[in-house]
Amino acid sequence: MGGVEWGELGALMLRHLYLAGVPLLIGLAVSVPLGWLATHVRWLGPPLIAGTGLMYTIPSLALFILLPLVLGTQILDDANVLVAMTIYAVALLTRTVADGLASVPGHVRQAATAMGFGELRRVVAVDLPLAVPVVAAGLRVAAVSNVSMVSVAALIGVSQLGSLFTDGFNRNAMGPIVVGVLASVVLALLLDAAIALLARLLTPWLQKGVPA
Amino acid sequence: MNALVLTWQWLTDPASWTGTGGIVDQSLAHLLYSFLALVVAALVAVPVGLWVGHTGRGRWLAVNAAGAVRAIPSLGVLFIAVLLLLPRLRGELAFVIPALIVLVLLAVPPVLAGTYAGVQATDPAARDAARGMGMTGAQVLRQVEVPGAMPLIMSGLRAAMLQIIGTATIAAIVGLGGLGRFLIDGQASRDYAQMAGGAIVVALLALGVDLVLAGVQRLVVSPGLTRASPGH
Repeated sequence: MGGVEWGELGALMLRHLYLAGVPLLIGLAVSVPLGWLATHVRWLGPPLIAGTGLMYTIPSLALFILLPLVLGTQILDDANVLVAMTIYAVALLTRTVADGLASVPGHVRQAATAMGFGELRRVVAVDLPLAVPVVAAGLRVAAVSNVSMVSVAALIGVSQLGSLFTDGFNRNAMGPIVVGVLASVVLALLLDAAIALLARLLTPWLQKGVPA
Repeated sequence: MNALVLTWQWLTDPASWTGTGGIVDQSLAHLLYSFLALVVAALVAVPVGLWVGHTGRGRWLAVNAAGAVRAIPSLGVLFIAVLLLLPRLRGELAFVIPALIVLVLLAVPPVLAGTYAGVQATDPAARDAARGMGMTGAQVLRQVEVPGAMPLIMSGLRAAMLQIIGTATIAAIVGLGGLGRFLIDGQASRDYAQMAGGAIVVALLALGVDLVLAGVQRLVVSPGLTRASPGH
């Protein structure tokens, strides 16, 4: 297809999914405690949200190049891309998780406390499930932007779908570039749909028309 | 640690900063391209966004454009633009024009979405009151909806500018000047210190521009709105 073998395309797509997807999971795991801190420690909230948000301002190519300095890795190491994408995910998700936790109605929280739920149990069993729609919306944004951003790593030689862009450009061939763009968009849409579906499955009460 | 020392040496070497192709020169070029792209994008997107928000027509476009563009890999679009336009243009322009077109195209959706959402977010009571006072549609737009939309217009512009500065860095691969040159040329000559030094300057520039725009946002948003809408 477009001068690209199916086997090669599949392999590049899998690498792309790995480089964009794994950081989403790690980013979410980091953002949940950060978002909780931002909503529960009053003086920490604004600087934490602003600070994580600022990390998003660093252009992706610059971050890929700078991380070897900080991590002591080689420039071609996948770890640079994984860490950079995790940073962007945390930058987007910390605010989202904080917004999600803040959206839980106060009376719901009080009811859980009155039933004897401790802080940790209430956050895990009540606050987070109710925050799923807001968190999922942020996660979908992070997923789509991660997938499109990973392709920049082709410029420093880390192979994924973006490699089709540089290959095509160097050979003056439009085919591989178009195939790469389409495959990247398809991957972003699939990841987006998967998160939307997962959020639906995690919030069965929203589908039955029962108010949260 | 060696790479760190070399990068520091590159950054503190006066020769890296001065002259044609120095850090000062390339920073100015980067800022020039970026602001040019932002201004063109704003000239297109703000009026359209206001119109969509005011009339409610074309809402689907405004809502979905920003999301759709986020999914499109800018590096691929840049290469496609260059390959398409290369045979039609000459010399350096053959690379600069497609790069600028791509920067503008990437910046339009976030500004459009921000402007539209801003008009939509204007307090309906304020809009009704303005109409009740006998204001015409144009007056409502200019005196109520535009000021009310300002916080979201500005966040749209800031998001667009970050996108532009980052993508202008990438566009060095097709010959655009600016700070991306250090990253791309450094890699071509296997000079990691130059790449990393350039990357630090780009990161600081992006941060600085965002802070300046945050300051502008404070100035242009009516003080009456900053208290009413926390989170902006």
